[in-house]
Amino acid sequence: MKLLREVCVVAGKDLRSEFRTKECLNAALSFAIVILVLFSFAVDPSSEQIREMSGGLLWLAFAFAGALILNQSFARELPNDCLDALVASPVSAAALFLGKAAANWLLLMIVELVCLPVFGVLYNMSWLGQWPLLLLVFLLASWGVTVIGTMFSALTVNLRLRELMLPTLIYPMMIPALMAAMQLTTVLIATSGVPPEDWIWVRLLVGFDIIFTSLAIALAEVVLLG
Amino acid sequence: MTRERVLYLMGGISAIWLVRNLYVMLLALPDEVEQGAIYRILFFHVPSWFTCFTGFFLAAVASGLYLKTKNSLWDTLAVASVEVGVAFTLVGLATGSIWARIIWGIWWTWDARLTWALITCLVYMGYLMLRGAFDDPTSRAKNAAVLCIFAFTSVVITFKAIDWWRTQHPGAVLSIRTGGGRIDPAMEQMIYQNWPALMLLAAVLVAIRMRQETMQRELEALRRRTHAF
Repeated sequence: MKLLREVCVVAGKDLRSEFRTKECLNAALSFAIVILVLFSFAVDPSSEQIREMSGGLLWLAFAFAGALILNQSFARELPNDCLDALVASPVSAAALFLGKAAANWLLLMIVELVCLPVFGVLYNMSWLGQWPLLLLVFLLASWGVTVIGTMFSALTVNLRLRELMLPTLIYPMMIPALMAAMQLTTVLIATSGVPPEDWIWVRLLVGFDIIFTSLAIALAEVVLLG
Repeated sequence: MTRERVLYLMGGISAIWLVRNLYVMLLALPDEVEQGAIYRILFFHVPSWFTCFTGFFLAAVASGLYLKTKNSLWDTLAVASVEVGVAFTLVGLATGSIWARIIWGIWWTWDARLTWALITCLVYMGYLMLRGAFDDPTSRAKNAAVLCIFAFTSVVITFKAIDWWRTQHPGAVLSIRTGGGRIDPAMEQMIYQNWPALMLLAAVLVAIRMRQETMQRELEALRRRTHAF
């Protein structure tokens, strides 16, 4: 219970500071929409083929935009030594990590939920048929992406080449979650349900989330406190 | 016996062993019925993957031990194992590609096993890049150790990819996994004989890299001490 309260405090602090400036959110949203527009030049947006690529296009845009949010997650604590103050506060490292991850998760979900209708309009695609399942896929995959991203954001926060190192490290590590999310999103947009053989991707997403959340919580103290 | 001599001896044994294996592969073993002569590349392909997986496993264990003990020796072992592991990963990818070109007619296909092998290679290259980005040795060792533990998950997925997905890459052939019957015993024996020879070579390379890393650490410490005055 105490952990949950601490997680909410840290997440609330991050979200409040983000909503005051909307620095990352605006940048991530605009970037994701620009990517979605750029895709229309790479493939014929009116073709039937686009439906089979929908998951891939959407999740590439989310992954690129997500990196902007994740990059700032710990970097915003650097001015005025706020990170040192956070680490010195009576909040456990696991709560600090989970709070930051939860805030990033919510921000990424906002980007996704805004981009999805925009994608539907731009590419003339209906995505409402399976929306509860689609939401579940978005929730699970976004958590996987943010857990890895938040952990690696903490690892690279003090680097000069932070903006370059973070995407280089996180994208290969995120591939299981992205792969599953792309596959399931395509299936849910292009067809009327998830075929039995595709449930392996849901299991992969759940497994990915459990394994990396446990690993991140176990290693949070080492990463944040040294 | 000095450390150098032990290394030279191990390197020599590995070289003689590999030459002997090459002789058996090329002159004693017959061509495979369906694949012809190219199947011999598997005697390097499979052991290279076993060797790199062993290296990455060692690196993950050493990273865990570093985080527990903060002894820089474990960090040195981890980085040496990863570097040698990456070299063997590239050998595995190259030999696999050559085999695929002859048998499948293509150098590469986006099959689950191949894709995961490439991802593993990229993840560990990222590990080496991350190390290079830190100036402070303690932060470098700590953060690299965390990444190394995370990175090992991709090794597990690469290893299990042929069981979890339907792949173009051939399924398990070794009798320890299939119970036998998928490969000629003499050919399987050759894989088991080439693996320790490559492992011995890898051990020599890891030992050399560990010594270089220790020396570099001492040099960095000396440089810092000089700048402090």
